[in-house]
Amino acid sequence: MCKECGCELGGGEVKLGGHSHAHGHEHHHHGDHAHGHIPGPVPGPLTLNLSRSLMEKNNRLAERNRGFFRAKRLLVLNVVSSPGSGKTTFIRETAVQLAGKLRLGVIVGDLATDNDAAQLRTAGIPVIQITTGTVCHLDADMVAKAAAQLELDKLDVLVIENVGNLVCPADYDLGEDLRVVLLSTTEGEDKPFKYPPMFHSANVAIVTKSDLAVAAGFNREQALSNLSRVSHHAEVFELSAKTGAGMTGWLDYLAVQRAAVTNQ
Amino acid sequence: MHEVAIMTEAVQMAVETARASGAKRVSALRLRIGQLSGTVPEALQFAWDVVRSGTMAENARLEIESVAPICWCATCQAEFECQDFLNECPRCHNWSGDLRHGRELDIVSVEVN
Ligand SMILES: Nc1nc2c(ncn2[C@@H]2O[C@H](COP(=O)(O)OP(=O)(O)OP(=O)(O)O)[C@@H](O)[C@H]2O)c(=O)[nH]1
Ligand SMILES: [Mg+2]
Ligand SMILES: [Zn+2]
Ligand SMILES: [Zn+2]
Repeated sequence: MCKECGCELGGGEVKLGGHSHAHGHEHHHHGDHAHGHIPGPVPGPLTLNLSRSLMEKNNRLAERNRGFFRAKRLLVLNVVSSPGSGKTTFIRETAVQLAGKLRLGVIVGDLATDNDAAQLRTAGIPVIQITTGTVCHLDADMVAKAAAQLELDKLDVLVIENVGNLVCPADYDLGEDLRVVLLSTTEGEDKPFKYPPMFHSANVAIVTKSDLAVAAGFNREQALSNLSRVSHHAEVFELSAKTGAGMTGWLDYLAVQRAAVTNQ
Repeated sequence: MHEVAIMTEAVQMAVETARASGAKRVSALRLRIGQLSGTVPEALQFAWDVVRSGTMAENARLEIESVAPICWCATCQAEFECQDFLNECPRCHNWSGDLRHGRELDIVSVEVN
């Protein structure tokens, strides 16, 4: 359990969804039709108690993904941010700099285009595109189907680029080991307070586009202080995917995380 | 924003439950939705109208119980009412992000016949 705020997160493990409810749920028994397990036509209206989370199915599939990825000795990242914070650029740069050390594959979720996938493919990175259409997040099922199209045995790290959105992806566990949230210097320092579930659930927080910090009037102290309050489970890195400044710390961290997965 | 996905799942669970019990249709669906769940009630209602059409729940009634956020203070070993994700305990002034309520996205029950 997290010491900072007593939440259920912590220890590098991401657990999502609502808390379970051990409170007494009323059970209505309707004569012979208790809980409705008896097939056949039902005469009057009958109330069937479920008291289940609507996220249950996704959580189950996410656990299945996690077990599968673990067996493959893959370190899996779920990269989230607002649209345009720099996810694709950051992932590409990470893959390029790790070339010869760790092999990266990418699953990228995008509402409509395949520009991101094309950009990564051009850099020689194995990539599978999920076009989500109107769906504003990836879910565990989409990831399972996409992963099946990648040659996972040839990879060490699987990076999932989520749809640019800080709300919905917060609720969907994909089976990742690490949730990585990006905050670019060109967006507000108060983003962590505007999207607390996302920032709070992050294992890693990346302050990106550090090369633009001065031009954007980015208040670094404020941003780091906000992150330390909301993303207190997260390891924080400040970097520029464009100039490469600060990338080393992140890459070293990634290598350690990947080694931890292999040694389990 | 993910209200459609949430509602689709709710209707699916309701229909599966109804079918398993041998019922012909779903007449009501009760959900418990936390005020900090990130879903908007109007959007849920809109999604409901779209998602239920053509299913056993087509003419069902939707009841949404809204759940106010409650935070737990580990120092005081007590709950307190709150508005947000991270909150200052009114007693000891420590910060807590341990929400006990308010993030619910639950299906409570379905009424079938
Ligand atoms: N100066 C600078 N620009 C960057 C950096 N990282 C990304 N960008 C630019 O920011 C823009 C958006 O970057 P992307 O990597 O496409 O962002 P994204 O988060 O993948 O965007 P979506 O997938 O659309 O949500 C592009 O024009 C990038 O070149 C950086 O570190 N420094
Ligand atoms: Mg992108
Ligand atoms: Zn916490
Ligand atoms: Zn207290």
